[in-house]
Amino acid sequence: MSLNIIVLAKQVPDTRNVGKDAMKEDGTINRAALPAIFNPEDLNALEQALQLKDAHPGSKITLVTMGLPRSAEMVRECLYRGGDDGVVLTDRPLGGADTLATSYSLAQTIRHLPKYDIIIGGRQAIDGDTAQVGPQIAEKLGLPQVTYAEKIEVSDGIATVKRRIERGFETVQCPLPLVVTVNGSADACRPRNARLIQKYKYAVTLSEKAALTPERQALVEGREYLQIREWGVKEIEADPEQIGLKGSPTKVKTVVNVVFQAKESKRIEGSNDAEVESLVKELIADHIIG
Amino acid sequence: MTDKNNLIVYCEYDEGRIADVSLELLTKGRTLATRLGVKLEAVVLGDKLEGIENQIFPYGVDVVYKMQDARLFPYTSLPHSSAIINLFREIQPQICLMGATTIGRDLGPRVSSCLHSGLTADCTSLEIGDHTDPVTKQEYHDLLYQIRPAFGGNIVATIVNPEHRPQMATVREGVMKKEIFREDYRGEVVDLDVEKYVDPASYVVKIIDREVEKSKINIKNSPIIVAGGYGVGSKENFQLIFDLADVLGGEVGASRAAVDAGFVEHDRQVGQTGVTVRPKLYIACGISGQIQHVAGMNESSIIVSINSDPNAPINDIADYVITGNLEDIIPKLIKYYKKNSK
Repeated sequence: MSLNIIVLAKQVPDTRNVGKDAMKEDGTINRAALPAIFNPEDLNALEQALQLKDAHPGSKITLVTMGLPRSAEMVRECLYRGGDDGVVLTDRPLGGADTLATSYSLAQTIRHLPKYDIIIGGRQAIDGDTAQVGPQIAEKLGLPQVTYAEKIEVSDGIATVKRRIERGFETVQCPLPLVVTVNGSADACRPRNARLIQKYKYAVTLSEKAALTPERQALVEGREYLQIREWGVKEIEADPEQIGLKGSPTKVKTVVNVVFQAKESKRIEGSNDAEVESLVKELIADHIIG
Repeated sequence: MTDKNNLIVYCEYDEGRIADVSLELLTKGRTLATRLGVKLEAVVLGDKLEGIENQIFPYGVDVVYKMQDARLFPYTSLPHSSAIINLFREIQPQICLMGATTIGRDLGPRVSSCLHSGLTADCTSLEIGDHTDPVTKQEYHDLLYQIRPAFGGNIVATIVNPEHRPQMATVREGVMKKEIFREDYRGEVVDLDVEKYVDPASYVVKIIDREVEKSKINIKNSPIIVAGGYGVGSKENFQLIFDLADVLGGEVGASRAAVDAGFVEHDRQVGQTGVTVRPKLYIACGISGQIQHVAGMNESSIIVSINSDPNAPINDIADYVITGNLEDIIPKLIKYYKKNSK
């Protein structure tokens, strides 16, 4: 049985490598200095989808992403690795959304896609680390959910999912359709495929197409697989009350940069045995150790 | 107008015990409820709940809601969310706290989505305060300030939910302190009929296998922690960290970079995405000191940093900085400790 798989993914600033150049002089973050990347756990999710496709030939993977127009890069990444299709949800009024408004917008998008068997996303995105959007989409679509997944298998319309919980594992079974969020401990995503890069490198959204040369535009127009869908509020028929800042129950009251109180440190040269020994003696005398 | 509805803590239950993280939240919840002048409530779902309230009441809990059914343990998403959603519709809590565990982070978003209430994940601090909407200038009194790191730990944001209830937050284990309010404190027990709260169709996910080890790593309560970072270099080199911890009678911790690199298991991770620790002594070995790590250990009494980079950021918050290679310094520390301790 072939499967219709939706993968949820987000383009995020690479918060894991916030170097000194990413901090402005006033101590705030210079977002522009951070590269935009495929959220790491969403890559684990994509790999699970690709493995399902390997096991169920004829399956179709559609990537859904919400963000800036440049999120079309996410769809191309998915195509380069073996995905089939994608939708970029991008529209000004969707901006400023908290997890609840985001899950509403994505659920609306999914409702406008053909019938699916399984929705797979990363556990959480590294810019917010909330892990909320997956379960919230499941609730909105009235689907069961399995979070913290490491391995997904499907047979006879039933998903068997191994999930990592504190100090152990759980294997659960659930009939399709369902939402699964994938943990970073799952298999890493396979690399891009050279043949697929050749095939899809000119895949663009409508707004990207406008910037191409006339020849390229003609190429894209002649080949449907190079046309990435770009949807907005209108296409997903979103309730304006439930999207963006307005649809977000949580409000950011204040944001402060993290600064830790520096201490006056005692410096010891590791090669100086006498100093190292006197530190150990000091810690023993103070009953810190021993 | 002030909200007189109560504050409730979802208590995680595991084979006869309430999870530490839930008791920590009850401790915090007691303070917040007192500040608001409302009751502290707890809800617990599980298979064998006889007498479970006796573990809960001493934290100053006024009402314990119990729902007992064999199908409610181990936890699965839909029955628990169905129960909590229906209970909350009835009792209308103003605040709900949950552990930021694989349970709370699975349950919380589902409940918040259904009730259309705001949820803030992984809070590091919770306070009560007022809020003025910057646009409408409307004033709100006694909201829950949900304070959490964001953007990889580089900023701390205060989040409020002005219009929607309950105001929901999850908190990781070890972030709040667990403290008994009064040993003899007693409240009311309310037994809930599972059939009334849980939709039978929600038992759709079947657990076919479950392997959970008893917690053997307990870095949260260890007075001495020797932690290794990416600078340790390899899984093999991490043995040095274990050796030092062993000699000093401490536990081994690690930075996220070391865990991500596969040097040690995730249970040892210290920081915003791991455990928050406050030991008597924290020895940071080859840890550069990213904010997200420092936030989980900077309340340690004494911090020793061992690093080949004299300018590693962690050195700024260390009491002692030893500059040099771990391979040289750790064996020396072991040698001098054995020589000087009795």
